[in-house]
Amino acid sequence: MNYIEHIGKYFLMLSRVFTKPQRFKLFYQAFMKEVEDLGLKSLGIIMFISFFIGGVIALQTALNLDNPFIPDSLIGFAAKRSIILEFAPTFCSIILAGKVGSYITSSIGTMRVTEQIDALEVMGINSLNHLVLPKVLATIFFYPFLITLGMFLGIFGGWTAGYISGLFAGVDYIVGIQLDFDPFLLAYAIIKTLVFAFLIATVPSYHGYYVKGGSIAVGRASTQSVVWTTILIVIANYILTQMLLT
Amino acid sequence: MIEVKNLHKGFGKVQVLKGIDATFHPGKTNLIIGQSGSGKTVFIKSLIGLHKPEKGTIAFDGRINTKFTDDEKQQWRQEIGMVFQGSALFDSQTVQDNVMFPLKMFTKKSEEEMLDRVNFVLKRVKLKDSNKKLPAELSGGMQKRVAIARAIVMNPKYLFCDEPNSGLDPRTAIVIDNLIQEITDEYQITTVINTHDMNSVLEIGEKIIFLKDGKKEWEGTSEDIFKTENEAVVDFVYSSDLLKKVRQAHLNQTK
Repeated sequence: MNYIEHIGKYFLMLSRVFTKPQRFKLFYQAFMKEVEDLGLKSLGIIMFISFFIGGVIALQTALNLDNPFIPDSLIGFAAKRSIILEFAPTFCSIILAGKVGSYITSSIGTMRVTEQIDALEVMGINSLNHLVLPKVLATIFFYPFLITLGMFLGIFGGWTAGYISGLFAGVDYIVGIQLDFDPFLLAYAIIKTLVFAFLIATVPSYHGYYVKGGSIAVGRASTQSVVWTTILIVIANYILTQMLLT
Repeated sequence: MIEVKNLHKGFGKVQVLKGIDATFHPGKTNLIIGQSGSGKTVFIKSLIGLHKPEKGTIAFDGRINTKFTDDEKQQWRQEIGMVFQGSALFDSQTVQDNVMFPLKMFTKKSEEEMLDRVNFVLKRVKLKDSNKKLPAELSGGMQKRVAIARAIVMNPKYLFCDEPNSGLDPRTAIVIDNLIQEITDEYQITTVINTHDMNSVLEIGEKIIFLKDGKKEWEGTSEDIFKTENEAVVDFVYSSDLLKKVRQAHLNQTK
């Protein structure tokens, strides 16, 4: 199947996903379960990675700014900009594409190969709406919180790195992060997060839903879904940056 | 009653079903038999609407399923119960939730009413004290019984089973066969079963259709299958020495 066919099939899938849920009570239960599975269970890894990467960004910046005419507050400023603009929304989304994307593809793919999706269809249930819509809405709802938390922890990680290493003073770092604050940059980060969250839920769902074969096919689809989600996040990142910041 | 006329279905260049005609009556256990690759699964999946026929019609009590409006299709779906080969239970849900799922989705019964109905059908399939178990905690035979319970919980008019005995020991297979036959008889359901199991063919086959290369090769009852001279059927059904002896003994007895 060529790329054009895949793109067409993906959009046809979306047209079946975005329909009215057959039972709102069941939909709400599924949504809350997805918030837990796709969001809350990713809190740990995002907190851990954000804290340490924030520390590394601050240390790298400090080590590269050895000119005495450049104030130390620039370290905080640079770390804040890097974390809010790029690290938190994009880097964290790529990590989530790996963790959550493979989970979505393998769970839906297993349902496909064990005929659970056929069972839903035979009962008269729109299986795409039933399985995918709660995932899409859960990621769109929860990932902005997750990424915002990643921003805070990344910036805090930078401050902690300065404190432990002694490369820069905490006061200068705090002055730096308050310098030239532009709220639009936060909006830009959240807009990117929403688009990435949509891709993280829908692309792996597509790979899982249309899988053919057995367990090896599910494994292969999981890998492909992570690769394609990452590629699409990188492309979307470029397009959004050009559209919103230039 | 289900009436199938001139059913054709293919995938790409491969033609799987090549013009099948069949009629299935209520209260009867109808069996579809045939070698692997003869088109049994495609046939049953066409009957339940998972495959769209290329040519031909399938009428459910006179209603042709490809001409349904969305509402009619929804209604028809709720008249169908299906037992899949691997049971197809939702593995993240307990037995109770699996069986209750169609009720939650399509009825406005209270939680208590739904639970009563679930307990009734679980008792009917002789499964007790398993409500809170996950499918992975059950044996193959118990999973099949849960699948049957889920298939009949909405009081279907038509029950379809794809190889309900596959992977089961002979004793459990007989239990499942008898259960399907009892349910069919009790609720006057039109039941269609795909099977490879010769014991099922001889024991519960009130009507048997033999498929070969996507065509109906033979049709009859379990009594007829002992007497048939059709070479393909005899080759397939009496493939083991034991079954040949069973056939000979039966023919001697009826002489």
